[in-house]
Amino acid sequence: MDIVKLTIDDKTLVVEKGTTLLEAAKTIGINIPSLCYMKLEDLNFENKPGGCRVCVVEVEGRRNLAPACKTVCEEGMKVQTHTVRVVNARRTVMELILSDHPAECLTCAKSGECDLQTVAQKLGIREIHYQGEQSHYKGDKSPAIIRDMDKCIMCRRCETVCNEVQTVGVLSAINRGFEAVVAPAFEMDLDHSTCTYCGQCVAVCPTGALTERDYTWKVIEALVDPTKTVVVQTAPAVRAALGESFGMEPGTLVTGKMVTALRKLGFDYVFDTDFAADLTIMEEGAEILDRLSKHLSGDKEVKLPILTSCCPGWVSFLEHNFADMKDVPSTAKSPQQMFGAIAKSYLAKKLGVKREDMVVVSVMPCLAKKYECTREEFSVNGDPDVNMSISTRELAQLIRNANIDFKQLTDEEFDNPMGESTGASVIFGTTGGVIEAAVRTAYELYTKKELKKVDFEELRGMDGIRQATG
Amino acid sequence: MQTGGPSGGCLTEKHLDTPIDYEHLLASGSMMGSGGMIVMDEDDCMVSMAKFYLEFTVEESCGKCAPCRIGNKRLHEMLDKITLGKADEGELTRLRNLANVIKDTSLCGLGQTSPNPVLSTMDNFPEEYGIHVHDGKCPAGQCKALMHYIIDSHLCVGCTLCSRVCPVDAISGDKKTPHIIDSSICIKCGACMDKCKFGAISVQ
Repeated sequence: MDIVKLTIDDKTLVVEKGTTLLEAAKTIGINIPSLCYMKLEDLNFENKPGGCRVCVVEVEGRRNLAPACKTVCEEGMKVQTHTVRVVNARRTVMELILSDHPAECLTCAKSGECDLQTVAQKLGIREIHYQGEQSHYKGDKSPAIIRDMDKCIMCRRCETVCNEVQTVGVLSAINRGFEAVVAPAFEMDLDHSTCTYCGQCVAVCPTGALTERDYTWKVIEALVDPTKTVVVQTAPAVRAALGESFGMEPGTLVTGKMVTALRKLGFDYVFDTDFAADLTIMEEGAEILDRLSKHLSGDKEVKLPILTSCCPGWVSFLEHNFADMKDVPSTAKSPQQMFGAIAKSYLAKKLGVKREDMVVVSVMPCLAKKYECTREEFSVNGDPDVNMSISTRELAQLIRNANIDFKQLTDEEFDNPMGESTGASVIFGTTGGVIEAAVRTAYELYTKKELKKVDFEELRGMDGIRQATG
Repeated sequence: MQTGGPSGGCLTEKHLDTPIDYEHLLASGSMMGSGGMIVMDEDDCMVSMAKFYLEFTVEESCGKCAPCRIGNKRLHEMLDKITLGKADEGELTRLRNLANVIKDTSLCGLGQTSPNPVLSTMDNFPEEYGIHVHDGKCPAGQCKALMHYIIDSHLCVGCTLCSRVCPVDAISGDKKTPHIIDSSICIKCGACMDKCKFGAISVQ
C-alpha cells in the first residue's frame, strides 16, 4: 500500500495514497463542512462534483483554495482547514448559495432535515450580504415526486444517483450560468420522461427541491367522510421504519403500535400487504412452474427467465428501456395492487359495501408506489384499486397531526382475513427474497410434498447467478 | 489601459514602461489573455467598464460551481447598483471581498479571473468608485443615472429650441424666459445640449 504523509491543521498524519483531504481530515477528528459531497457507504459510491466550494481549505504553496472533497493528499502537503481566509471564503460562498435560495424554511417539507440549513447553521450565517435576483424554474408535479427547482443548489447528487447508480438517465444539468439547473432533457416534466419514480433523487436531495408528493390531506378527507369505508394496507418495511420518526431506535418493530395508531386515525380496516404478497408469490410460483414445464416439454415460445413484477420502478424501467422484453416479468400484479383488487372486490362484497364507497390507502416505503396506483390498468371504470399511497413519513405526519403519543400506544392485531401472512411474504423486501419465496411455492406445487426446510439461503444476496437445490 | 479582455485588468500611466509580455503583465495585475489592448481616457467610466466585462463573464459561466454561477451575477448586480447611484457605504467593502472570494474559490480559470476587471479598477481608480458611491456622481459622465442636465438661467435666452427638440417634453418655460428641465422626465439623451446655441445647458 502506497502511503503519503502530510499535515492538516499542524497535525501530522499518514494516509493511503489517493485519499482525499476531506477523508484524511476526518480520520483525525476534523470535520470539514461540505454540501454537494455525498458518499453512499453501502454502494461505496461518491458524488463529488466540487461544485459548492463549501469544503475549501488552504494548501501551502497553492495559489487558490482547494476543495477538500476533490483534492487528493500529496506527500508533504501542509493544509489549514480554518484560517480566516478559509472561513471567510466558506461563509461568503454559503451566503451566495443562500442568496439564490427561497427563504421558505418555515413551510418547507425538508425543514429540519435540510443539509443546506444544517451547514448554514454550522457556519453561523446570520445575515446574507449578497442579495439579488433569484433563479426561477417551472414547477413539476408528478404523481410521486414534486420538483421545486427554485430550491436546487446544483449539488448534482440527484443527477449522479439517477445516472450512475440507478442508470435511469433522466436527470442532468441543463442551461448554463445563473440559469443552470438539474432537470430532464428540455426541462420536460418527469411524467413525460423515462423516470421510473424510484425516488432515489428525493432520498439524496439535500434541500426541498425534490420531495415526495404528499397525500396526507386526501387521506384525512377520506377518513372524515361518513359515506366511505377506508381500508389501509401496510407494507412490511413500514413497521420497521415508523418508530424512528418517534425517537425510537431505527429498525424497531412497531407492528402492534402501528395498527393501533391506524385505528385511532379512523381507518375502518387495518390490513397487511403481506397477505397480498402471499397471493403474489402463489401466482409467481405457479407461473414459473408453468413456464418451466412448457419449456421442458419443447415449447420454444415460452419466455424464460421469469423476472419479478412487484416493483413498479423496475417495471417502468423495463417498459422504457427494454420494451421488447415486456413479457419476461411475471404477469402477477404487485402485492399493493393485488391487495387493492381483492379489497375492492372480495372484501367489498363481503362487507356489503359498494366499490366506489371503499377507499383503499396503502402505506409504502417507496415513492414509485404512488405512481403505480395511478396506472390506468389498475382501475375499474376510472375507480383505482388503490386510491392513494402514502409513505412512512406521511403516516408519521398523520399520527402527529392527530396528537397521538405513539410510544405510549398498546399493541393491537391486524384485522382478518387480510391481515394474515406467511414468512414468504416477509422476505420480499430482501434481495433474492421474491425468488426464494417463489421457489418454495413451486417446489410444493411440483412435488406435491411439503417442503421441510423452507430456506433457500443460496438464492439470497447480490450475486448475478445463484443456484439452489431442495 | 485595459489588456487581456474580460479576464484581464486595467493599468494606468504608472505602468507605461511595463514590457508587454506574459510575466510583466501578470505581475502588474493584468494579463496577456487574448492579446487585446484598449486605451481609454477620462471620458470612460471605470465602474461601467468593469460592469461591461462582468456581463460577459455572467453570460459565459457554465454554472457548475457556486462562486462563479452566483458570485459573478452578484458582482454584476453590485456594479449595476453603483452605476445607478443606489449603493450604500458598505458596498465597496463587500464588492472587494466577493471579488477576492470568487477568485479564490472558483473551480476553473473563468471564475478565477473574472473578478480581475473589478479588482484592478478598484486598485487603480479607487477615487472613481468613491465618487460614484459617496457623491452619487460619475466623473466620466457615462453613468446616465448619475447625470443631470441643467439649464443656466443666466445664459438661457428662452429661444425654446431645447424644449422643441426634447423627445419626452421634459423642458418647460415661456418664450424669452429661462427654461427648466424636469429631471424626473429627462431621459438624458443630450439632444437639448447639442441644440443650444448659447451654451446654457450642461451636465452635472
